Amino acid sequence: MLEAEKDQLKNEILHLAGAYNNHRSGLLPVLLHIQQKYRYISRYAMQEIADIFRIHPVEVYGVVSFYSFLSTEKKGKFIIYLCQTISCDMAGKRAVARQLENELNIKFGETTPDGLFTLKYTNCLGACDKGPALLVNEDLYTKVTPEGVFDIIQSYRAKFGAHVTMEI
Amino acid sequence: MIQKKGPVVLIDIDVDEVFKKALSMSRVDILDEIKKSGLKGRGGAGFPTETKWNLAGTASDDKKYVVCNADEGEPGTFKDRVLLSDYTDDLLAGMTIAGYVIGSTQGIIYLRCEYIYLYKHINNKIEERRKKNLLGKNILGKDGFNFDIYIQPGAGAYVCGEETALIESLEGHRGEPRNRPPYPTVVGYLGKPTIINNVETFITAMRIIDKGAEWFTKYGTDKSTGTKLFSISGDCRAPGIYELPMGITVKELLATVGGEDAKAVQVGGASGSCITRNEFNLTLAYEDISTGGSIIIFGEKRNMLDIAINFMEFFVEESCGQCTPCRYGTETLLEGLYMLKNKKCSIKYLKELLQLGETMQTASKCGLGQSAPNAFISILKNFKHEILCS
Amino acid sequence: MSDKHSKATTEERAPLSQRKFRIKELEDTEAIGAMVKITIDGNEIRVPYGTTILEAAKKLNIHIPTLCYHEDLCVAGICRICVVEIEGQRLLQAACTYPVTPPHIKVKTYSPRVRKARRHILDLMLRHHYGECYSCVRNKNCELQTLADEYGVDFYRFGHLDKPEKPMDRSSYSVVRDMTKCILCRRCVRTCIDLQEVGVLEAINRGPHTNVVTFMDMPLSDVICINCGQCINRCPVGALHANDPSDDIWASIDDPKKHVIIQTAPSPRAAIGECFGLPPGTSVTKQLNTAIRRCGFSKVFDTNFAADLTIMEEATELLLRLKKALVDGDKNVKLPQFTSCSPGWVKYLEHFYPEFTGHLSSCKSPQQMFGALIKTWYAEKVGINPEDIVSVALMPCSAKKFECNRPEMRSSGLKDVDYGLTSRELAQMIKEAGIDLPNLPPSDFDDPVGEASGAGLIFGVSGGVMEAALRSAVEIVTGIKTEDIFKDLEITPVRGFEGIKYYEIPVTRTVPVPDILKNALKDVETFDFLKGTILKVAVAHGTANAHKVMENIKTGGKFSECHFIEFMACPGGCLGGGGQPIPTSPEIRAARAKAIYDEDKSLSLRKSHENPHITDIYKEFLKEGPCGHLSHKLLHTHYVKRGNKIV
Ligand SMILES: Cc1cc2nc3c(=O)[nH]c(=O)nc-3n(C[C@H](O)[C@H](O)[C@H](O)COP(=O)(O)O)c2cc1C
Ligand code: SF4
Ligand code: SF4
Ligand code: SF4
Ligand code: SF4
Ligand code: FES
Ligand code: FES
Repeated sequence: MLEAEKDQLKNEILHLAGAYNNHRSGLLPVLLHIQQKYRYISRYAMQEIADIFRIHPVEVYGVVSFYSFLSTEKKGKFIIYLCQTISCDMAGKRAVARQLENELNIKFGETTPDGLFTLKYTNCLGACDKGPALLVNEDLYTKVTPEGVFDIIQSYRAKFGAHVTMEI
Repeated sequence: MIQKKGPVVLIDIDVDEVFKKALSMSRVDILDEIKKSGLKGRGGAGFPTETKWNLAGTASDDKKYVVCNADEGEPGTFKDRVLLSDYTDDLLAGMTIAGYVIGSTQGIIYLRCEYIYLYKHINNKIEERRKKNLLGKNILGKDGFNFDIYIQPGAGAYVCGEETALIESLEGHRGEPRNRPPYPTVVGYLGKPTIINNVETFITAMRIIDKGAEWFTKYGTDKSTGTKLFSISGDCRAPGIYELPMGITVKELLATVGGEDAKAVQVGGASGSCITRNEFNLTLAYEDISTGGSIIIFGEKRNMLDIAINFMEFFVEESCGQCTPCRYGTETLLEGLYMLKNKKCSIKYLKELLQLGETMQTASKCGLGQSAPNAFISILKNFKHEILCS
Repeated sequence: MSDKHSKATTEERAPLSQRKFRIKELEDTEAIGAMVKITIDGNEIRVPYGTTILEAAKKLNIHIPTLCYHEDLCVAGICRICVVEIEGQRLLQAACTYPVTPPHIKVKTYSPRVRKARRHILDLMLRHHYGECYSCVRNKNCELQTLADEYGVDFYRFGHLDKPEKPMDRSSYSVVRDMTKCILCRRCVRTCIDLQEVGVLEAINRGPHTNVVTFMDMPLSDVICINCGQCINRCPVGALHANDPSDDIWASIDDPKKHVIIQTAPSPRAAIGECFGLPPGTSVTKQLNTAIRRCGFSKVFDTNFAADLTIMEEATELLLRLKKALVDGDKNVKLPQFTSCSPGWVKYLEHFYPEFTGHLSSCKSPQQMFGALIKTWYAEKVGINPEDIVSVALMPCSAKKFECNRPEMRSSGLKDVDYGLTSRELAQMIKEAGIDLPNLPPSDFDDPVGEASGAGLIFGVSGGVMEAALRSAVEIVTGIKTEDIFKDLEITPVRGFEGIKYYEIPVTRTVPVPDILKNALKDVETFDFLKGTILKVAVAHGTANAHKVMENIKTGGKFSECHFIEFMACPGGCLGGGGQPIPTSPEIRAARAKAIYDEDKSLSLRKSHENPHITDIYKEFLKEGPCGHLSHKLLHTHYVKRGNKIV
C-alpha cells in the first residue's frame, strides 16, 4: 500500500471511530464500513483500528474472523451470497448454485479474476417462503431460477460498466 | 409475504395515539397490564416479558438499555423482516414505551447484516419520530422522559441472536455468549441493566397497552396467550407469514397453509425439533412445542437424512466455538450423519452419538449448543428405519 | 506509536464474560443474606453470597475437575469439564462460574449425568488432540493427561489424531507453539491480554475452526511478544513450551574442548525442587550446585554476584541522574529511572512506550553483565580462550533466551551468554542424568565470585531490586546503617504481591561521596544536593501493572514524580517467571518468595556494596568504578525503539 493510501485509510478510520468516541462498541460499525468500501480489512487497517480503539491488533483479527460478512482477503465488488439453508435448499438452491458457478466460471468461496464477483454461501436470509434466495451486496433476490442467474449477473456487469459480453 | 393477518399483531392502528395513551399511564399500570396479559417472549425462549421488564425496572442504575433483537437468524423465520419494514413505527413506539417502563434512555436495534437494506428505512422512521418529538428529549412534553434509538448492524453470525452474545457483539467483541447468571437485566450492555426483546414482542406489548390484557387473553390458551406470527416455508401451497392464535394444532396449521400431505414438520427452525404425522395433534404453544414461529414443512419425497445434514451443517458453521461440547460435538454429529449417508455407521456408534447429543443438550454453554442436537435426535428417532433402509 | 490515546484498561477491554465478574460478595459477612447455604454431595456449607460452586466445593475438600479455570485469571466457563448437576435443573452448570445465591441449591458433582457428560467432553477434546505423550514436554505434568487417567479413558470414542494437524511455530527464541496439542481453554489468551496487557494471542474463527493464533497467524517472532512465557506457565497441556536448548548444552558438555560454565539465578533455586516432588518454597541452592556439577558443567557461579554489581552500577547511575538534575540543572535528565533487569519488561517498553527508552537504566541485566565478564575478565583470569567457553544461564525466565540473542549483547566480541536455560529444562537434564536432587550433599558456588549478598538474592521477588538498591543507596548517601532504619533489614513497604507499590523516603542527612563513586560523581564532594529530597520509589510487577504505571506517568500522575521504579514483567517477579515449574498460583509464588526472603535473612552478607568480591572487581578490573568506561563497555547497553506496529 502506498503511504498516501495508508494515510487516507488511517484518517478515515480516525473519523469513523471518532463518532463512537473511540469506544470499542464502535468496532463493528467501523469494520463494516471499511469492509464495504475496501472489500476487505487489511492488516494495516486492523492495526490502525486496534490502535484507535486502544486494543490489540490480534483482538481485531479475532473479531473480523468471527463474523461471516467481514474478511481479511479482498472480495469482489459484488458479493453474491446464496442461501444454503433448508428451505432454499429444498426450493432448488443446488441448481442455482451450479448455474452461478458456470456463469462466473469460479467455485464458491472464490472471486472472479476481474475482481467483480465473489461467490459465497450464507445461512438463512429470511426469505424462506420465496426460496431460493440470494443477496448481492445489499440487494435481495428471491425465487431465483437457474435461468434468472444470468440476468442478475448481467445487471451488475452493466452497473459497473464492464463489458456485457463474457470474456473467456 | 403476509398470507394471513390476525387481530393482534398485523393490524393497522394509529400508533401515535396508542403511544400517547401509554405515556399517560403509569409505569406500574403498564407493567400490570402486561403481567395480566401473560405475554411471553416471541423470540423463542418464551420468557415472561413482564418479569424481564420488572427486573430491569427495579434495578437501580444511572443507565439502562432497551435492545431490540432483530438478528432473526433461525432458519425458516422471516416474520421480523416484515415487521421491521411494514410495522416500523409500531416497533419504535413499543421500544420507547419499554424505555419508559424500565427507566431507560437508550434503545438499540441490533439489525442483522443480512437485513442491511432495511437500515435506511428504519433510520428514516427514527428521524421522523425525532422530528415529532416522539423520540428525543422530554418526549411529548413529558418532563424528564428522554429516549432515543439507534441501529447497530451485526456482521453475520447466527449466535449473536443469543442475548448475551448479542451484547458482546454490541460491545465490539466476538459474539460469544456469556456465563449466566448474571442475566442481562442486571448486567447487560456495558455492564448496565438491559432488556432484550424480539421485534414481535415489542409490537405485541404495544397492542396490549392499547386494547388491554383482557382483550389479548381472549386469544390463545391459558398458558400461551394471544396470537403469534408463524413463518411457514417448505412443501405447502401457500408459504408465508400467518398470524394465528397460540395453541392451534400442527394439523390445523397445515390445513391453513395447504400442507396436509406433510410427512414431517420442523417446528422452531434448525434448533427446534422434527415431528411426524402421529404428533400432528400437538399444539403450538409454550406448554406443548415452544417456537419462535418457524415452521418448515417436509413433503413425502424429502430425504430426511439430507435434512438432518443440512441442519447440522448449519450448526457447525454457526457455533461460536467457545465451549467444547458444541464446538466439537456438532462436528462429530455431522461426521456421523455423513457416515450414515455413506452407509458406514454402526448402530453402536449411532447410539454413542445420540448419547453425545444428550450431553450437548445439557452441558453446552448456551442455547445454540443446547438445541443443536434436537433436529438430529428427533429425525434419527422418527426416521431411523427410512434412513437405514435407503 | 500514538500519544493521543491512552490504552484501555483491562477492565474496559475484556469481554464481560471473561472479566473477573461475578455477583458482588457482600462486604459485611454478618449482614442478613451475606451468607448462603449450599449442599454439595450431601455436605452442607455456608458461603459468602456469590461464591462459585467450585470455590464452595474446595472449602469442603471436594474435587471438581477444571481446565479453563485458573486462579490468576478471569473465569471463562468454556471447557465445561467442571459441569455439575443442580437438583431440579435440566441443564448442567459449570461449577467454576455458577454463583451460589438463594434459594438453597443441592449440587451433585459425580452423578451419572455428570460423569457421562465429562467423559464425552474429554472424548471430544481428545478427538482433536495429538496425544503423543512420550514425546511431549508435559508428559506426567499435564492436566489433560491427568483427567484422561482419572476418567479411565480406555478408547477414543469419537476418534483421535494420529499425526499433527498443524505445524509447530518455532520462530521465537523463547516460546514454541505446538497447536495440535491445544485444547482451546484460552488460558493463554486471558494471560496475554488481561494479565500481561501484551495481546499476542486470541481465538479466531468459530465452531470447529476456532483456533488460538497470533495476529494473522504470523510467526511469534514477527509479532509483538515480550517472551515473558506467562502463557506457557498457564497452559494446561503441552501446546506452549519454551525453546529448549538442553540438547545443545549436552553436546557442549560432551565436547572436551569446551569449558561449559553456568550461572544460576536466585529464583530457580527456590522452585526447581517442585519438579522433584518437593513442596513449593523449598530452597535447594546447595544441592543444586552439586547436581549441576554432576551433570558435567565445569563451573557453577552465582548470578547474585552480578546482581550486586547491577546494584552498584544502577544506583550510581541513579545518583548521577539526580546530580545532573539537581546540581547541573539539566532539564533533559530522564527521571524516573526504570530498572532494566527484566528482559520482558524491557521489550514491553520498547514496543509500547518507545519514547521512554531514555528512562531505562542503561545497565544490562545481571545475566548479561555476568556473561560479559565471563568471556573477558574470567577468561583472562583463568587463561581460557573465550571462544572455548560455553556460557549457560539458569534462569526462571523465558525472555532471557531472547535477551542473550539480542545483537547488543556481544560486548565480549562473542555471544556473551550462549544459552538461557529455564528451571524446568535444567530439572529435566538432572532427571535425564539420573540424579536425585533432593538427596544430594550440598556444595558451594565456584570462585572467583563465590557467595554473593542477600541483596542479590532477593532480586527474584517483586520489590527485590528496589529493596537491594535501597539497602545500599540509603547507607551510601546518608551514612546511616540501613538496618537502623529498617528492622532486620526488611524494607517491607516494597515487599508483598500488591500489583503496584509506592514508597517515599526523606533524605534527612548526607555524607561525603565515598571513594568508589568519586570517579562517577566527579564534581560533587558530598551528597548535600540530596538533602531534604524525598526519595520516591515504586514497584510494579506483571506488565498489566506496568501499563497502569506508564499511563499514569504519561498523564503526569504521581508516578511521574518518582525517582526510581522497579518493573518486572512477570507477576510476582522472577520467581513467577515463564521458565519456572508448572503449575503456578498465588500460593505457590508466595511460598517461593518466602523461601527467598528466609534465605536472605539467614545470610550475614546482605548488602551489595559490602560484598568483598564486588570491591575486588572494581579494584582489579573495572578500575574506574561504577559507570566508568569499561563498565559502560561491558555492563551497560542501549535500547531499540521498536514501536507497536506489526505491519
Ligand atoms: C442461538 C440462539 C439464537 C437466537 N436468535 C434469536 C433471534 O434471532 N431473534 C430473537 O428474537 N431471539 C433469538 N434468540 C433468543 C434470545 O436469546 C432471547 O431469548 C430473545 O431475544 C428474548 O426476547 P423475547 O423474550 O422477546 O423472546 C436466540 C437464542 C439462541 C440461543
Ligand atoms: S453452545 Fe456453542 S454457540 Fe453456545 S457458547 Fe458453546 S460453542 Fe458457543
Ligand atoms: S499435552 Fe498432555 S495429553 Fe497431550 S500429548 Fe502432551 S502430555 Fe499427553
Ligand atoms: S510470552 Fe508473554 S507476551 Fe508472548 S504470548 Fe506469551 S504471554 Fe504473551
Ligand atoms: S495454547 Fe494452551 S493455554 Fe492456550 S488455549 Fe491452547 S491449551 Fe489453552
Ligand atoms: S432458508 Fe433460505 S432464506 Fe431462509
Ligand atoms: S473449568 Fe469450568 S468451564 Fe472450564
